[in-house]
Amino acid sequence: MLIYVIRRIGLAALMLFGLVCITFTIANVAPSDPAALAAGPDASRSQIEQARRDYGLDKPLPEQFLRYVSDLAQGRFGRSVATGRDVGTDLARYFPATLELCVLAMLTGVLVGLPLGMLSALHKDGPIDHVTRIFAVSGIALPPFWFGLLLQLLIATWLGWLPTSGRLSVVTEPPDPITGLLLLDALLRGQGGIFVEGLTYMILPALVLSFPCLASILRVNRSEMVEALRADYVVSARAHGVTPWRIVAVHALKNAMLPTLAIIGLRWGWMMSSTVLVETVFDWPGIGLYAVSSAISGDFKPVMGVTMIVGVNFMIANLLVDLLYGVLDPRLRSA
Amino acid sequence: MTTLLEIADYRLAFDTFDGTHHVLDGIDLRLDAGETLGVVGETGCGKSVLARSLLQLNPSPPARVVSGAIRFRGEDLLRLEEAALRRLRGRAIAMVFQDPASYLNPLLAVATQMEDAIRGQDSAAGGRPRPRRAARALAAELLSAVGLPEPQRLLASHPHQLSGGMRQRVLIAMALAGEPALLVADEPTTALDVTVQAQVLALIDGLVRARGLALMLISHDLGVVSASCARVAVMYAGTVVEEAPTPELIARPLHPYAQGLIAAVPDLGRPEAKPRGMPGSIPSLLHPPSGCRFHPRCPLASERCRVEKPLRRTLLPGRSVACHHATP
Repeated sequence: MLIYVIRRIGLAALMLFGLVCITFTIANVAPSDPAALAAGPDASRSQIEQARRDYGLDKPLPEQFLRYVSDLAQGRFGRSVATGRDVGTDLARYFPATLELCVLAMLTGVLVGLPLGMLSALHKDGPIDHVTRIFAVSGIALPPFWFGLLLQLLIATWLGWLPTSGRLSVVTEPPDPITGLLLLDALLRGQGGIFVEGLTYMILPALVLSFPCLASILRVNRSEMVEALRADYVVSARAHGVTPWRIVAVHALKNAMLPTLAIIGLRWGWMMSSTVLVETVFDWPGIGLYAVSSAISGDFKPVMGVTMIVGVNFMIANLLVDLLYGVLDPRLRSA
Repeated sequence: MTTLLEIADYRLAFDTFDGTHHVLDGIDLRLDAGETLGVVGETGCGKSVLARSLLQLNPSPPARVVSGAIRFRGEDLLRLEEAALRRLRGRAIAMVFQDPASYLNPLLAVATQMEDAIRGQDSAAGGRPRPRRAARALAAELLSAVGLPEPQRLLASHPHQLSGGMRQRVLIAMALAGEPALLVADEPTTALDVTVQAQVLALIDGLVRARGLALMLISHDLGVVSASCARVAVMYAGTVVEEAPTPELIARPLHPYAQGLIAAVPDLGRPEAKPRGMPGSIPSLLHPPSGCRFHPRCPLASERCRVEKPLRRTLLPGRSVACHHATP
């Protein structure tokens, strides 16, 4: 098991290096001149060159790359050329909002998707299966921004059940940050009212974000369960008198969980990067919104920072999935 | 001897997108308590489907019972609810499967699988399942009974850590957990090495004798069946074409198909007598041949065989054959 863990962690480190190379390359092949941006729209040629020297952009690329890597290693993401603010500080401010949203969306996806997938597998080709199929297909097919607008119109505007957008009402004072996760902070500070209010703001965007993820978890879990329930080891478990509940919940589900876990890991990374649309629609102050506004102004340091954060998250999620694989599958442990 | 199992005119069809496959076409078989019966036939003749029918393990759909009865101690299994079937599975009729690698759950420890079986049988019997510790103790006993050393270490291991022979022994031990009256072994040695095959067969033989079990041994291998079974039924394309005491069948088969099967077995004592293959292949069960299902491959086939399905008739005491042309 130990060798397996070490190997997985080693692979993740390699991937991290690959990610660093890719973000650096993309930033440097992008057709915009950050020096010109930093110097402002009316800058003269000499002012632009000055800005280029200030940001170290006149150095040869290998040197820039080495500096980028050593900065990253010390947790420095560089300065935004548009605002002059430190990207690391910005990320620390925006990332918790995105993380919170994604965690809630992922929880919804797993807690609803898994049982529905199992249920559809048990009632394969029955009415329940057809209903969840339609539900899942629409989850994957509906564009999130359109679905988000629809929910805003229906639930926030017409029915008035939930707020339209934002993270808290403008008059509410957010809790003093401990973790930066609003719901957690409110709980830690014992501010139940703010927790409930924060939750009402989060439900709609989390729902929109979770829908495609829920749908794919449901479908993958369903087809894996169908397969597992047909497997030889289930036939023999039945023949030996194992209770049906135990067969479904342990013997079959454990086997069906391996591919389902993989899709959960992939969806986590996908979700982090797709918050861009959802955050824009719901005016959610997270890294998606931050990345979009930076990208529009050609400000590449924040975009690189966001890419790194999303990529690292993706890798951590997949590392966790790999480790869970090892826990679930004894064949991997001894391999 | 009391009749333990009686299969009467059992017909099973599989409904698929292509149409209806007539997989079992009027099976009649009887098995007394403590008796051993072998079922032989080519791949695809319906042996395994028949075996699974005894525990109602064929997935339905596609499987559909067309007619007939399978009576175990006089009770028709085909009319039982799922809960009543669960009381039979493992406790009255137990089953050993072909490929122990795929019939053990790859992700669960041996202990978990055996405990689940033992406790499942407890709850099917209507009681509270015994504690895991007690189930594990029984599991260890069973593993010793099938000749596996170090049962505690074995219980803690996973199937991939065991050899093929060990896995099959584990499955046999599980089958014994409910102290069944009938053991159904579906090609129990096919997936094993030749040397291990003999050991596993000897084990099954010994257990059947020691515990007075009835055995239904399914195999495509006449040699396997002849070593363990007093009586043998030959199946062809979903029908039993001949049933006889094993030595008599091997010495003098009466049905043309059984004759062909035996002629195809090489005789190690007489290497100059080459085994003869049977022309043709097993027919499609989607559109089975009319009349006698064997007639397209049969050297004796006549017009009558094309039209009229032969019923199994007793030609000699204890021997019955489904053929218009067979003579004692």
